[in-house]
Amino acid sequence: MKKYSEELYRTDRHWKEGGFDVYRSTHWSAPGCHNGCGLVYYVKNGKLDHVEGDPNAAFNQGRLCIRCLNQLEAIYSEDRIVHPMRRDPERRGDDDAWEQCSWDEAYDLIEENVRRIQQEYGSESIVGLVGTGRDVNCQLALTCYVAFKTPNLACGFLTGDSCMLPRMAGTMITHGDCPVADMSQFSELRYDDPRYEWPEVCLIWGNNPIVSNGDGFFGHWIVDAMRRGGTKLVVVDPEVTWLAAHAEVLLQVRPATDAALAMSMINVVIEEDLYDHDFVERWTYGFDELSERVRDWTPERAAEICGIDAEGIRRAARLFGSARPAALQWGLATDAHANGVHEVHAIMALSALTGNLEVPGGMRMARLPWDMELSYSCGWKWLDPELQAKRLGNTMSPMHQFGVTACAQADCMLNAIETGDPYPIKMLYLEGTNPIANMGAEAPRVYEAMMKMDFNVVLDYVLTPTASAACDLFLPIAMAAERTSIREWWAPTRACMPVVDPQGEARSDNQITIDLINRLNPELAHEVFHDITTEAELCQWQITYNAHNAPEGQTFADQVEKVATWPQVEYFRHEKGLLRTDGKPGFNTATGRIELYSPAFASFGLDPLPKYEEPWESPISSPEKFEEYPVIITTGHRSWEFFHSEGRNQETMRELHPDPLFDVNPETAELYGIGEGDWCWIENGRGRCRQRAHLTPQMEPGVINAEHGWWFPETEANAPNLFGVFDSNINNLTTQMAYGETGYGAPYKGFLCKIYRCTPENSTPTPTEVIANGGWDYERITMSNHDKIVRSSERAC
Amino acid sequence: MSKMGLFINYDICFGCHACEMACSQEKKLPAGEFGIKIAQYGPHKNINGDWEYTYLPIPTKLCDLCAERTDIGKLPSCVHHCEAACMEYGDMEELSKRLVEQPRSVVFSLD
Repeated sequence: MKKYSEELYRTDRHWKEGGFDVYRSTHWSAPGCHNGCGLVYYVKNGKLDHVEGDPNAAFNQGRLCIRCLNQLEAIYSEDRIVHPMRRDPERRGDDDAWEQCSWDEAYDLIEENVRRIQQEYGSESIVGLVGTGRDVNCQLALTCYVAFKTPNLACGFLTGDSCMLPRMAGTMITHGDCPVADMSQFSELRYDDPRYEWPEVCLIWGNNPIVSNGDGFFGHWIVDAMRRGGTKLVVVDPEVTWLAAHAEVLLQVRPATDAALAMSMINVVIEEDLYDHDFVERWTYGFDELSERVRDWTPERAAEICGIDAEGIRRAARLFGSARPAALQWGLATDAHANGVHEVHAIMALSALTGNLEVPGGMRMARLPWDMELSYSCGWKWLDPELQAKRLGNTMSPMHQFGVTACAQADCMLNAIETGDPYPIKMLYLEGTNPIANMGAEAPRVYEAMMKMDFNVVLDYVLTPTASAACDLFLPIAMAAERTSIREWWAPTRACMPVVDPQGEARSDNQITIDLINRLNPELAHEVFHDITTEAELCQWQITYNAHNAPEGQTFADQVEKVATWPQVEYFRHEKGLLRTDGKPGFNTATGRIELYSPAFASFGLDPLPKYEEPWESPISSPEKFEEYPVIITTGHRSWEFFHSEGRNQETMRELHPDPLFDVNPETAELYGIGEGDWCWIENGRGRCRQRAHLTPQMEPGVINAEHGWWFPETEANAPNLFGVFDSNINNLTTQMAYGETGYGAPYKGFLCKIYRCTPENSTPTPTEVIANGGWDYERITMSNHDKIVRSSERAC
Repeated sequence: MSKMGLFINYDICFGCHACEMACSQEKKLPAGEFGIKIAQYGPHKNINGDWEYTYLPIPTKLCDLCAERTDIGKLPSCVHHCEAACMEYGDMEELSKRLVEQPRSVVFSLD
C-alpha cells in the first residue's frame, strides 16, 4: 500500500511547499466541532487556500470531517460579520438598525452597562452564557469572575444543564473523577503503545460518536478498534445507528428508560457472578447495598419498561461482564434525562463492578494535561466570597452549593429573569451560544426572557437568530485559523495558532477576554495577570499560573513549536497513589473507593443508590396525555454537516442536507398518512414545528427522532421571522424546569408528541405568527409549580 | 509503472462523506458534481434477522486517482481523509492480495 511522502507532511510547525506556506495547527470551532483535530493549512498570499488532515497528529491521524474540509466557505463567507456593531435596544429584531462601531466604542458600551448594573443592582445581575465547544472555557469564566465580577456563568438556557454536567457531577461524587473510554488517546504512541490493549467489548450508551464526536472523543477510534482490535460492540440506542447495526447486541430502548436497563444489567452481572471480586473487594464501597437494590431488577422487569427483549439484556450483560478489558463510551443521552445523575450512577457502576477502571482499554479517569484549570471554575478564586455565595443555583441542591460543577444553574437563571428572585438579571453576555435556535428548551420562552434584558452582547461570526432577535452589541470572533489558543480536552495539550490574519476586525475570544479584564478590573489585571495584553500572553499565563503540574519552565512558544505535547500515561493510578491529593492509594472520593453506595448523595438527601424513575411525561406516567400525543420523541439528532446550529449558511452543507428531518418508522408513517420527505407538524401541548419525514426502520414504531439547531439564513433576519428560527424549532415542544431532583438533567429526550402531514389548511398560523402574537397558551412549568406538575407524576419504579 | 487502484473495506465505511468532500475540494468541483459518490444499502433487517447497513464509495468518471497529488508523493485526497480509514491506494496486484485477506472489500480499477 502506498504511503504519503514524509517530506510533504513534516513534523515542523511551518515549511514552504510549491508556492504555499504550510502550517500545522489544531482546529476546533469556529467552525467545526469541539474536538481539536490536527490540521495542515496551505496559505498563499495571506489567504487560506485549502486544508488537509495532519497525518502526524496522533489524535486524528490525517483524517478529517466535512465540516473542517469545508471551512474556507465559512471563513470567507459573505455572511460573516467582521466588524463590531451596535444597535439601540429599542430596535431589537430590526436588521436596519445595526451600526458598525470600533472595538473601543464596543468596549465603552460594555463598560458603561457593566458599571451601571453593578451600581444599581450588583454585579450578580450580569450573566455570562456559554454554548458548546467554541474557544470558550476559561475565557468566559475569566470574563465573568474577573472582568464583570459576577458569580454567574451559565449554560445558554440549557435546562437541567443537560450537557456533560450531569455526567461530570455524578461521577465526581461516585468516582472522584470523570471516566472516559480508553482508546489509547492519552498516549502519543496511540495504538502502538506496548501497554495498550484493545477493548474486547465496547458498550456504546446513548450516543452515535462517529457523527457527534462529543466530549473530546474522536468517534472513529471505535471503528479503529473494530477493524484493528476485533472489538465487539454492544449498543444502547433508540435508533439503529450504523454502529448499532454492526453490534453483537443492540438494545433499542424506549427513550429515557436507560436507567432501568442499567439496573437490570447490574442484576445479571451480580447474579451470574460476572463481577470482578478482587476489584469490588478492594476498591468499591457499598456492594451489598447495591446488590440488594438491584435484586428485583430482573431483565424481564427492565425489558417491559424499556420495550426490549429480556434475553437481549442478558446477552449484553454477559458479553460486557465477561470481557476484559471493556470500555464504555457514553454520551449526551444520559444528560438529557431528568433522571440523569441516578442513571449515571447506574451505568458507571457496570464498569466498576467488572474491574474495568484504570486498565488499558477500559475506563480512564480523565484529567486535563498538567492539571490545567481551564474550565468554568477558572478565576473563581478571585471573586469576592460574598459574591460567590450569590451564585444562582447555590440553594437548589447541595450538589450545586458545594460546587460539584462550576457554573450557575440554567433553570435558576431563567427563574431569576422571570421573577426577579433572588435578584433581577439585567445583562446577558453570550459567548459562542445561540440559545433560541439551538439548545434553549421552550424556545419562545427563551426569546421572551432575553427581550427583558437591559443589554445583551453576542460574540459570534454570523448574525444568528439569537443575535438578530435580542442582541444590542455584536462582537465578531476570529475563526480557529485566525486565533491563538490552547486546547486541552483531554489530551494532548494542543496549540492553535493563527495562520492567516482575521477577516476584517474579528478578534479571538482570548483577546476579547484579556481586553475586558484590562478595562474592567485593572487591579487584578495588574496583580494577577501582570498587565499582559495579547492572546498569546494569556495562553502563557494559563500555563504559568493556572496549570498545577506543568513542567518547570514550560512556555507557550515551545508548545506552539511542537503543536501538541503529551502527558505521561500511567495506568492503575489508584493502586499507585496517583489519583488522590493525599498521595494515598485509592480513588479520589471521600471513601477512597468507587461509591456504588454514595454516602455523599445520602448526606445531600438524595438516594445513595442508583435508581430508575419513569419520565414525567410518558405512556406510563401520563396515560391521558399519551392518548392525545401518542408518539414518543427524542431530540438532538446529529448530522454530518452541522455542528449544532452552525453551518446552516454554508451552501455546500445545505446541498447535502437542505431541510430539517425527523426519522420515523414506515409503519407509524403509514398510520398517519405520511410519505417520505413530507413536511409534517410535530406538536404537543406546548407548541409545534415542522420538519420533513424520513421513513426508516431505524426507529421503532411510535418513536421519532428529530433534529435541533435549525434556522434558515436565506430568509429574512427581521423580527418576527428571525431567519425562520421558530418554524422548525423542536424546542417549541420541550420545556424548561422539568429537571429531576438533583437539578442536573432534563427531558430533551423522551417526551410526547403527535405528528401529522402539513397541508395548506392546517399550516396557519405558523409558529412564527403564533409567537409574534404572544405564543401558545399552556401552563408553563415554573419553580413554584415544579413539584406539583413534575414530581407528582414521576414514579419511582 | 504498474497499474494503481483503490481498495475499499466496505465493511467499515460508515458514510461520513469525507471522501466526497475531500474530492470536491481537491478538484474544485461545482455543486452536484462528484469524483466519488457513496452508495447506500439499508438500514434494513434482512431475512436472517441481521441488520444490513452498508455504504460503498464509488469513484466516478471524474476520478483520476488524484494524479497531481500522487505524482508528488501525496495520497489521493479521499484516501488521505477517509474517517473510517477504510480506503487504500496502491498497486493493483498488491491490492488484490488485500482483497483476499479482507472479507467485504472491493478494489476499483480506474481508467
